[in-house]
Amino acid sequence: MGEIKEPGLVEIEDGVKMIPGANAILGPLNKLVNWGRAGSIWPVTFGLACCAIEMMDTGASTNDLDRFGIIFRASPRQADCMIVAGTLTKKMAPILRRVYDQMPEPRYVLAMGSCACSGGVFNSYAVTQGVDTIVPVDVYVPGCPPRPAALMQGLIKLQEKILQEQYRWSLWR
Amino acid sequence: MESMEVARRLQEQFSEEVLDICDFQGQVGVIVKRDKIVEMLRWLRDSSDLRMDHLMDLCGVDNKNRPEANLQRFEVVYNLYSIPLRHSIRIRAQVPENDPCVDTITTLWTGADWHERECFDLMGISFTGHPDLRRILLPDDWQGHPLRKEYPLKGREEWSGLVELQRKAVELHQFDLGKGILRQPAAEQSHTKGNDKS
Amino acid sequence: MTRPMTKTINVPVADGEGDRYTVKMGPQHPATHGVLRVDLELDGETILKCTPHVGYLHRGFDKIAEHRTYAQSLILSDRLDYIAAMANNVGYCVAVEKLLGVSVPLRAKYLRTMVCEMSRIASHLLWLATHALDIGAMTVFLYCFREREVLLELFEELCGARLTFSYPRIGGVRQDVTRHFIDKLQRFINEFPGNLEEYETLIDTNRIWLKRTVGIGVLSGQEALDLGLTGACLRGSGIDYDIRKHRPYDAYDLVDFEVPLGADGDIYARYRCRMEEFTQSNRILQQCIDQLPPGPIIGEDAPDLVMSLQGSRKVEVDSSRYGTGLVRLLEESGEYPAGDIYVSTEVPKGELGFYFISDGSGKPYRMHIRSPSFIHIGALPALVEGDLIADLIANIGTLDVVLGECDR
Repeated sequence: MGEIKEPGLVEIEDGVKMIPGANAILGPLNKLVNWGRAGSIWPVTFGLACCAIEMMDTGASTNDLDRFGIIFRASPRQADCMIVAGTLTKKMAPILRRVYDQMPEPRYVLAMGSCACSGGVFNSYAVTQGVDTIVPVDVYVPGCPPRPAALMQGLIKLQEKILQEQYRWSLWR
Repeated sequence: MESMEVARRLQEQFSEEVLDICDFQGQVGVIVKRDKIVEMLRWLRDSSDLRMDHLMDLCGVDNKNRPEANLQRFEVVYNLYSIPLRHSIRIRAQVPENDPCVDTITTLWTGADWHERECFDLMGISFTGHPDLRRILLPDDWQGHPLRKEYPLKGREEWSGLVELQRKAVELHQFDLGKGILRQPAAEQSHTKGNDKS
Repeated sequence: MTRPMTKTINVPVADGEGDRYTVKMGPQHPATHGVLRVDLELDGETILKCTPHVGYLHRGFDKIAEHRTYAQSLILSDRLDYIAAMANNVGYCVAVEKLLGVSVPLRAKYLRTMVCEMSRIASHLLWLATHALDIGAMTVFLYCFREREVLLELFEELCGARLTFSYPRIGGVRQDVTRHFIDKLQRFINEFPGNLEEYETLIDTNRIWLKRTVGIGVLSGQEALDLGLTGACLRGSGIDYDIRKHRPYDAYDLVDFEVPLGADGDIYARYRCRMEEFTQSNRILQQCIDQLPPGPIIGEDAPDLVMSLQGSRKVEVDSSRYGTGLVRLLEESGEYPAGDIYVSTEVPKGELGFYFISDGSGKPYRMHIRSPSFIHIGALPALVEGDLIADLIANIGTLDVVLGECDR
């Protein structure tokens, strides 16, 4: 399986070791926490426009998101990711910020669709040109609308980003 | 009945109100003064050989850059249809710039309520007698009426609510634990960058 | 999905009598069909006053269209009712063709009718899924999405996109159908009535469904017309107004179909109307496939508004303004007819109308979109005041609103 670095311990990946026979894994706390967070991203439903339909499609049976551990939660208090799907208008912007503020840490934002990334085709008086001036964005998924497979790739990229995080559990480190 | 016939009947009945009749691609529009618009529409709806009972559309138009002469600055366009008799007509009520208001027709069709609110919101034409005339599509404290011709596509200045929100987002970002990207809002000059190049 | 929980509860309003309070069902909510905010004044569970607030998805379509050519604004019509985008595209194209006097070949008319009816089935499937889900029947949601996936795959094979197509173009359609597409569509048409029976066995005579929908949200024909309702909401109250029969466009006068009418004007009547429309749409699809004539798919006199497959016409790379690599279609400097028209078509939600004013240049002087969802949400207070809060959700479902279309 892996190199035997020390007698009795098998190294699975960088820093993570397994004690065979004891069913125990030894590793940095960082990696274990990241593994837990990446395997159960719970997004809050923030479907605004057309991209919401593709988001619903990604969660339906053909492209299933449940197998990644992704369950859509209605309340931001119980969620750790926010998928902004659709055009963000200026009238809706305060509500987006309010929902983001209600999410507890660790929280991630995925901007789905060209409108959320940069305003899309709507360069007018009523549309914010991208959500990233209102909330900090982790992953951008462009497309109009992005296919369910594209959204899934975006979520997998978010998982990769989470797995590389360092010590994200409090201000005291 | 043909639309032109409907227009002629209307002209016979309200001869001082009707200014002109236009015909384009088979559709007929009647340009009228705004004073007796409620009476005219009521007559169109209730008269037994016209029976225009369905208000299809109500919208406002800004005539500032239009080539035709003898039009006022604004007009309110009513598109009516008769479901039993299957004919339609368009009424264009002229509204001057110094006094942009028209009588409301919510007494005739309740559904005109939201049409008129949208017209007020985007064009600035007010409707006297409307039960609840306030902005509907834009935030309540928005300045200006976007569909007017002098209003640029991206607006002149940013909405104060958004400026406030972006400032607060920058301030709260210091407490964020994550590495998300918060883009600084663009400076004042680049806000109107998209205006001329449309 | 559970029954909707209220967002915020304020201090009781009015003089402390009874159980009065104000509740705001905010724009972010799993049960509303988009970003709709409803302010409710409640007495216990009874709604005393209901005020819908829209505009959270207002993108400024009317203003944007004044700065784009007619072909460039076609993509805006996609994003109106994004659940049945083909029907919106057809509506837009029919309006612009009447304005500019462009003729459409017969094959293109049949193809447009075909995709419009496929869109109608897709839209009604989503309506049924969300309506049933809001009332509590969760299985219907999964079944309907299964059918919708088949339709979306068909659309993808036809024109490459799943949701926002821009397939109907001014003067015709973008490209032709293949033999494989027709075979797959035929298979769908054969299987669909069986699936429809499946949905009906789930809810049609279900006691809970009947209790939640019969006698709720009743509107007489005259009231519905007064409020401006169109489409299945009007036909459920008994008024026979279907634009496909009154002012036929495309190939609707060449195919045979009936328009279902309800009698009672309650939620159940509108539900039955839309279920019948499934069958009729299937019938139209079958006739379109059988009667599809050979011929061109885009009109001869369609102005240079179509990007041809051999390469774009009248294209100039203007790096000073847009940077390298971006091209921009020059606006036409031809002579176009000047005048104004209003054309409306029957989309799954109701009557979608376009009022265009042309001043002779290649861009519209004014484009106004008459969207059915905007009027239907305006009619919401008349439907729900006096009923229970659970009926509010059923009523929003029966009005079949899409906020993208409402706010434009």
